[in-house]
Amino acid sequence: MSVENPQTVDDITALIVERLLANPKVPRNINGDSRIMQDLAFDSLAVMNFVMEIEDALDVSVPLDKLADINTIHDLAVCLKSILDEQRGQA
Amino acid sequence: MSAPKPTPQEPGAKGPGSAPGGVFAKYAHLRDTRSQMLHASPRDPFNVVIEKPLSASEGVIEGRPTLLFGTNNYLGMSQSTPAREKAQAVARSMGVGTTGSRIANGTFSLHAQLEQRLAKLFGRKHAMVFSTGYQANLGTISALVNKDDILFLDADCHASIYDGAKLSGARVIRFRHNDPADLEKRLKRSAHESGARLVVIEGIYSMTGNVAPVKRFAEVCKANGAALMVDEAHSFGVLGENGRGAAELDGCEGEVDFIVGTFSKSLGTVGGYCVTDHDDIDLMRLVSRPYMFTASLPPEIVAATLATIDDVEAKPELRAQLRANAAQLHGGLRAAGLKTGEHPSPVVAVTLDDIPQALAFWNGLLEAGVYVNLSLPPATPDNFPLLRCSVSAAHTPAQIEKAIAAFAQVGKAVGAIKA
Repeated sequence: MSVENPQTVDDITALIVERLLANPKVPRNINGDSRIMQDLAFDSLAVMNFVMEIEDALDVSVPLDKLADINTIHDLAVCLKSILDEQRGQA
Repeated sequence: MSAPKPTPQEPGAKGPGSAPGGVFAKYAHLRDTRSQMLHASPRDPFNVVIEKPLSASEGVIEGRPTLLFGTNNYLGMSQSTPAREKAQAVARSMGVGTTGSRIANGTFSLHAQLEQRLAKLFGRKHAMVFSTGYQANLGTISALVNKDDILFLDADCHASIYDGAKLSGARVIRFRHNDPADLEKRLKRSAHESGARLVVIEGIYSMTGNVAPVKRFAEVCKANGAALMVDEAHSFGVLGENGRGAAELDGCEGEVDFIVGTFSKSLGTVGGYCVTDHDDIDLMRLVSRPYMFTASLPPEIVAATLATIDDVEAKPELRAQLRANAAQLHGGLRAAGLKTGEHPSPVVAVTLDDIPQALAFWNGLLEAGVYVNLSLPPATPDNFPLLRCSVSAAHTPAQIEKAIAAFAQVGKAVGAIKA
């Protein structure tokens, strides 16, 4: 099942999990509380590259400084939701 | 003679700083990784000592003459005779240092002369010289954009560009490596936002040797109202009819707002610069902290750099030789069955499967008398380890053949070349 047109933090979290699971190296039991670097064994470069994929899926850009405060998949979803809201407000 | 094996560091606390809460505690993971690497390698790949350069292409390492295929000495200028002589003469007449910043007591007439020379060389109105190439990126980027602006960086940009981005405080958006369409998508996403927009790319990427499609990037920048800065650190002296870099090669120098570069690659000395036609560049001298708060280049280095610029301009045949050497090394490594980039470039990166294989390969090459750079993730694109070679106009065809033969022999021994 794919996540179409995500509107809420939960939708975005589901989209991120779906995209991560497409990578066979990612543990199968991840959820919104999974820590991106520790639980997924991503280094900082892998995180930046993965975020690029999600940016394209949602048509947003995440400034690098925002990534510094992101720990879990849920944190990333909250960040993306806030950028999406800002972008929709300005459109 | 074999290298003295370093004492491997055991995981765990080493001194008061390593205790929980100490200043080195946060590096526990790095300590463990380094310790594992030293256990697996007879020598530390990040602490190789060149005891003495014998020429531009050979040096003494572990007491043995060794071919240098891991320097950035693209035109062999680090051993330039005119540059040595000029440096000696200036050291005798002017001393060895300025003791101050360019905006205080650190501007000698030689600095102004070098800036005029660089501006003329690039056909630009202005040039500004920094004490290193690293500072040229830090100083230029942090002066051009700030927290109200947006900076767009190629994903594979050098650490100095990322550090300049941090110092600037600008919002930083990465785009996919060498992909103007991806940049355009990201520029359009931010079209509604205020503030200046600066795009930074490199002419030749230092890890892989990839060459940027500068003209296409310039078109995207122009169409979307962004300024373009190109770091020609590895492409100056190498690409273009006059060696001015990737923008000259692509015939679009007039569409590039800022060119940044270094003296420490094809010019063989140390220092960095920014050239531009923007008349406000002098304001950068008053706001660029990496320019203002560091000692200026010592006079003997400025004199040597002026001499190597003359050398590079006077000897276009060096670039032709460099291209031929790059093609020989690139073609030879590919023919041996190694994975390299598609196109020849003076930087030839061999991609390997994993870190143990890369360590064994690198050690084997050094034991066979060939020094290259070992680059490990996460400093490498796509997280694969690389053996990074850089070729010089000073290498002879026989030296390149010897290096290729060593790669083939060691590559088979470590399983990187399948039989």
